[in-house]
Amino acid sequence: MEDIIIIGGGVISAFISRALSKYELSVLVLEKENDVGDVTSMANSAIAHSGYDPVPGTKKARFNVAGNKMMPKVCEELDVSFNQVGSMTIALYDEQIQMLKDLQKRGEENGVECRLLSAEEVKAMEPNISPDVKGALLCPTAGVINPFTLTAHAMENAMDNGVKLSLGEEVLDVKKVGDHYEIKTNKGVREAKVVINAAGLYSDKIASMIEPVEWKVNPRKGEYFVLDHYAPGLVNHVLFPLPSEKGKGILVTMTTSGNYLVGPSSEWQDDKDDMSTDALTLSKVKAEALMMVSNIPFREQIRTFAGCRATPNTHDFIIEPSKKYKDFINVAGIESPGLVSSPAIGQYVADELVAPLFKAKLKKDWNPRIKKYVKPLSLSVEERNALIAKDPRYGQMVCNCEKVSLGEIMDALSRSLPCNTIKALKKRTRAGFGKCQGGFCQPKVLLLLADYFKESPLDVLYDKAGSNVLDKEAK
Amino acid sequence: MNKELICIVCPNGCRLTVDENLNVIGNKCPRGATYAKQELTNPTRVLTSTVKIESKELGVLPVKTANPIPKGKLFDAMKVVNSIKVKAPVELGQVIYKDICGTGVDLVACRTIKE
Amino acid sequence: MLNKDLVIIGGGSAGMAAACSAYDNGLRDILILEKGPFLGGILNQCIHNGFGLEYFKEELTGPEFLTRFVKETEKRGIEYKLNSFVTGISPDKVVTYTNGEEGYVEVKAKAIVMAAGCYERNAGAIGIPGDRPAGVITAGQAQLYLNEYGYMVGKRVFILGSGDIGLIMARRMSLEGAKVLGVAEIMPYSNGLNRNIVQCLQDYDIPLYLSHTVSKVVGKGKLERIEISKVDEKMQAIPDTEISFDVDTLLLSIGLIPNNALLDNMGAAKSSTRGSSVNEHMETSIEGVFSCGNVLHVHDLVDKVVQEAAVAGKSAALYVQGKLPTHEEVINCVNGEGIGYVVPSRIDLDNAEDNIELKFRVRKPTKNCDIYVEYNGEVIKKAYKNVIIPSEMEIMKLPKNLLVSGNGTLSVSLKVREAK
Repeated sequence: MEDIIIIGGGVISAFISRALSKYELSVLVLEKENDVGDVTSMANSAIAHSGYDPVPGTKKARFNVAGNKMMPKVCEELDVSFNQVGSMTIALYDEQIQMLKDLQKRGEENGVECRLLSAEEVKAMEPNISPDVKGALLCPTAGVINPFTLTAHAMENAMDNGVKLSLGEEVLDVKKVGDHYEIKTNKGVREAKVVINAAGLYSDKIASMIEPVEWKVNPRKGEYFVLDHYAPGLVNHVLFPLPSEKGKGILVTMTTSGNYLVGPSSEWQDDKDDMSTDALTLSKVKAEALMMVSNIPFREQIRTFAGCRATPNTHDFIIEPSKKYKDFINVAGIESPGLVSSPAIGQYVADELVAPLFKAKLKKDWNPRIKKYVKPLSLSVEERNALIAKDPRYGQMVCNCEKVSLGEIMDALSRSLPCNTIKALKKRTRAGFGKCQGGFCQPKVLLLLADYFKESPLDVLYDKAGSNVLDKEAK
Repeated sequence: MNKELICIVCPNGCRLTVDENLNVIGNKCPRGATYAKQELTNPTRVLTSTVKIESKELGVLPVKTANPIPKGKLFDAMKVVNSIKVKAPVELGQVIYKDICGTGVDLVACRTIKE
Repeated sequence: MLNKDLVIIGGGSAGMAAACSAYDNGLRDILILEKGPFLGGILNQCIHNGFGLEYFKEELTGPEFLTRFVKETEKRGIEYKLNSFVTGISPDKVVTYTNGEEGYVEVKAKAIVMAAGCYERNAGAIGIPGDRPAGVITAGQAQLYLNEYGYMVGKRVFILGSGDIGLIMARRMSLEGAKVLGVAEIMPYSNGLNRNIVQCLQDYDIPLYLSHTVSKVVGKGKLERIEISKVDEKMQAIPDTEISFDVDTLLLSIGLIPNNALLDNMGAAKSSTRGSSVNEHMETSIEGVFSCGNVLHVHDLVDKVVQEAAVAGKSAALYVQGKLPTHEEVINCVNGEGIGYVVPSRIDLDNAEDNIELKFRVRKPTKNCDIYVEYNGEVIKKAYKNVIIPSEMEIMKLPKNLLVSGNGTLSVSLKVREAK
């Protein structure tokens, strides 16, 4: 019997786990995919929003602003890239200036620093902006974040502090039995005193296993372009058009790795698992982005992808115990600005909703930090060579495009958080994220995984169950 | 019955038609006629593949038939190729299998593998 | 810091040929840096035959071809380092490489030959619509798995793009027991050599769908199904023309791109090939830095790669020996109508050999046409072509004496003859 089982292993689960790991409690996370952060937490705009946009008084406003304030420290502790470059919401028509002023007022009400810029000021700060620009709302606290390591490192830190994780374990049913819950999964039956439902797109389905629920989580797909590392300076801030009822619009930004990200679209759909892209939607994304920045080098495109926002029909995050049971807690409908809100949501759920149920004590030896990931290229040549003298693997390059060494790969494999698939390794180390998209390094990575886990190369998975890259030995 | 084929002798890629008596039309030069006759009477191909090798350097050893073999024997030859196992060291040109499928052609190693 | 007369980046066919040529022209202090575990680069996985017909006058497999160059390189005692990856080149030609034994090493080079080859265009670059499952991989990657590691990537295969690697892999996987269901080519003509269409597709009854592209990829874990559609003149999929194939593998043979980031980052001028712009000596816009092989422009035959690399190696030797002076006055070469690109981008007449080689590709297959070379608006050479195709690289020799003043513009274009 666990004290707590968390259903789902996305960024929200990772930060709840991390916050709970401070307490003398046993925590188990069940994730149906083969890696943490493998669905919505992986495929999004990777923005730490400032918090000017959510309606004042909502949970979105509260957790966004609080999460943004926590983010610099969290990212320092968890060794996650966070570039607080600021965002600009761009007005391209005169009548949009009034909308910017309204947003500024809303931002101030939310306690967010923001300031109106004239067209000239915008042009000076963003040389490639459309000449049609009429003004912008600058929010200096917004930034870009590495969403892959944010989730993984938060979970790693939680696991270093005692949280357990089971990957590839899908919850089929949840039942209240006496004073605890029985959770039936594809691997057996689990028991816990408290259940936290952080199942993302499927959180409505999980919630309805114990009681009828009025709210729903509707998948809303967003499609994106990723462009290769390009000469910096195409854009210097996260650039948004004015938000509409369809979301925050098509943004143009540099990512923490120096790539450019353009998107997302916003399409309602029925299938929660449909992350497919389509040519027509992407061509609209492209056209809209070019209205804001006319010289985006789409020739440098290295990937297109789509993710599904877990959009609640309540228009706000759902973070509360179920109606019937105070020990079944729904953390659902965490769409944008969910990524930036995650540290604040985790802290709130752990400290306010869960710990009081147990009157739990804090651990004395809780460590907020993970072991730093060594990145040879961020060191001086002398430091690098001292490292390589001790461990030659840091001198051996595996991924040419992103310059990832064998040492970094082995480091990722040896952490408390499992890293079992090619995609998981890609998200941890960036091996395969570059312009050749793993053309050169994937075979090497595949053999390294097989060797490390002492399995046949035939059994190495790209990502989901069945995603074996190799079919059989030729001879 | 007439047979149609594309000439591969040069980039022209002439569309050739050959009748039962091996008369060729559509060729712009005499090499096309020679090619068509060969293709229809005795088409041959060099087979390139790999065989399993016990080695530290590579998992498989590239091999080829030292000369072209009849096209119709390619899959029979593959069965033989897939049954062969060798051990390093192997020298480039070394005969790996003699007279494959009764063609009189040997299978030879295409690279040297030292260990 | 180490010092070298010449550092060559890449130990494939281009790098080895450049090194041998530099040696034969008097250089001794040469270092080849190769990122892989063998010399020979991509030829290690090209186990099919057809290499060397022009250069060695016999038909060799890739490994046989590269072995000959390894022997030439070793015979001359040219130094090379394997598993050594170049991370950057400074503007004053300090090359930084790394490997497990030495760590990061800086080498100050008097001259550099870039010979790092190319990489494959992939699903991400063209944004294939649909899911992103395992099983959608580049043909070259499947070739590496099969020919060096000994693993098949699938049982039922479809191929997008009729480039030669895709065709070669169609035959290779068929021979190894896979079922290849077809090849889709977005253009109305094949991008592969006729020989490969016949011996890789027709021999195995594999259909070629011209003017078709993959319009949908379906599969959550592993690829389950693809749809191909006919395309219109703008290369857009036409609705209701879909054909569906149940396959576990989609191989992509949709083009190669010069792997030229090191020179791009140095600030070398680019050309329309996505490689660097070079003069007739293969010298880039940066003095003493030369480029050759597929990192400069993608070749059809390795025989032409080694010939080009020999020019780059010789030029590098001359440069180190102070025999390659630079001049302000150059002729700019441009691609005119019907021509995709021209190499070199510049001709420095004072340094040029008696015959200048112009290399180019046409944009589409054309019959009964003339190639025109114009110099400052005047036709200086005209060559009749019965047929000319984009999958073959053309080489035209231009006598130096046809170029008089040494500046201005030279353009290559194609004009179709009127039907008689």
